[in-house]
Amino acid sequence: MIVADRKSLDEIQEMIKDYKKILLVGCKGCVTVCNVGGMKEVQVLSSILKIARKKEGRELQVEERTIERQCDFEYVEQLRADCDRFDAILSMACGVGPQFLAEAFPSQKIYPALDTKFFGGAVQHGIWEERCAGCGTCVIHFYDSLCPIARCAKSLQHGPCGGSANGKCEISEDVDCIWDIIVRKKMEQERLEDLRTYRAFKDWRSARDGGPRKSIREELVQ
Amino acid sequence: MSDNGLKSGSNLEKILKAGHFAFTGECGPPKGANVEHLKEKFEHLRGIVDAVNITDNQTAVVRMSSTAASAIMVAQGLEPNFQMVCRDRNRLAIMADILGAYSLGIRNMLCLSGDHQQFGNHPEAKNVFDIDSMQLIALVKMMRDEGTFMNGEDIDVPPKLFIGAASNPFADPYEFRIYRLANKIDAGADFIQTQCIYNMERFRDFMKRAVDMGLAEKAYILAGVTPMKSTRMAQYMAKKVPGIDVPESLIKRLKGAVNGKQAEEGIRFAIEQIEEFKEMEGLAGVHLMAIEWEHKVPEIAERANMLPRPKID
Ligand code: SF4
Ligand code: SF4
Repeated sequence: MIVADRKSLDEIQEMIKDYKKILLVGCKGCVTVCNVGGMKEVQVLSSILKIARKKEGRELQVEERTIERQCDFEYVEQLRADCDRFDAILSMACGVGPQFLAEAFPSQKIYPALDTKFFGGAVQHGIWEERCAGCGTCVIHFYDSLCPIARCAKSLQHGPCGGSANGKCEISEDVDCIWDIIVRKKMEQERLEDLRTYRAFKDWRSARDGGPRKSIREELVQ
Repeated sequence: MSDNGLKSGSNLEKILKAGHFAFTGECGPPKGANVEHLKEKFEHLRGIVDAVNITDNQTAVVRMSSTAASAIMVAQGLEPNFQMVCRDRNRLAIMADILGAYSLGIRNMLCLSGDHQQFGNHPEAKNVFDIDSMQLIALVKMMRDEGTFMNGEDIDVPPKLFIGAASNPFADPYEFRIYRLANKIDAGADFIQTQCIYNMERFRDFMKRAVDMGLAEKAYILAGVTPMKSTRMAQYMAKKVPGIDVPESLIKRLKGAVNGKQAEEGIRFAIEQIEEFKEMEGLAGVHLMAIEWEHKVPEIAERANMLPRPKID
């Protein structure tokens, strides 16, 4: 899923400081699963914002809505009828959500309440980790389905670098060296020759480096 | 290879090819455009070492570019070993800088991935890593031997560089380190400079493996030495620098030195190391990284009987 964190209250307050009436929109997709932009988080943020505004001696009206998916115009449409009643819309979806809202409602002002971080999953309750960088040409079959592009701090295709120590990455003792894991697994399974193979220069065009990306499924296009 | 059988014709290559025990030094460019300071630093190494590594934004701290500093060195009649990291440039800049470096008279190049920018003074920077050190080695070899760019287009006057790579026998997983070295040699490294060595026992084992695998015949391996200036430096390196192995016995030895003599003890240890490396099977030289201690290099070289340096035309 896409993992995000909520922006700081200060930053959100600053964005909406001129508005009296906002629509706060959550999303039932990834951000609900990673407990940052679902119905519950919408309620919490709504009350925090109202209380904070009250302390300033001003009022803030917040209407709460959580739709199925903000990355889908079909669901975004559900907001159309009400959207003009508000000074602005604050989206609690990943970075895709505010953009779909902005495209659907060009005259409305849309703000992001989240910082969108990565593609990953929960490794334990409350802790999410990155697993994929969406490079567009998956090569993890070379590495026993462990991705050095996303998970090595230097995206090395031939690791581990000289900074790998005790299974940790040189950047922090809190970060596992993915190359340590790859190498240990290959060595244990006596498949060292996989690691003696030279990997070609990566073609980054399929990643963000090639410009904004599109995926077209001809059979679905009408 | 050119008519004389040399890949680059650098002094370092000639010395190694002639079978002499090579001695390289290191010099970090200034944090500014202070050319005088740079010259003053590398002047200490004139006639003392066969080539001087010029670091490239080492530890991700911005400094004068390694290309410019290397070119200044060439102009002063010393031989640089130009370092390049993959952290700061994409493949276009890498190939352009390789051609630029060669055009400026640079003949040795050390190919590195580079410390992560998080260590440095601009941790906010974007990290490039378009290619990694293994691929950089292969790229320089391709440019030199095939005379083509990465895309296969011909290069009008290919860069004839002596290709270096780094090896760290002290990073993890240890068992894999020798294979990573083998990979770098297969990719095209002509010479190898190791990370600074303190754990001699482990290094002896590493070199034995290198010899057993025939690696020492395929590339020239230079052992890395960095003299300890103080117990504090040793403790710092032991704890804070990932991939550096400082045995407790060395820290004890430095501690045991009488007051004001810790630096001398550090130098003594370095000299003992060099003496052992000269005899160690498979080693072709020593790479002395006297960090901000360039003025001590002549003394260390003298005491380790590395002088005079051979001259080859
Ligand atoms: S190789 Fe690319 S697509 Fe595959 S997991 Fe890694 S970043 Fe994602
Ligand atoms: S320590 Fe491991 S994960 Fe970190 S940069 Fe080096 S190889 Fe990559």
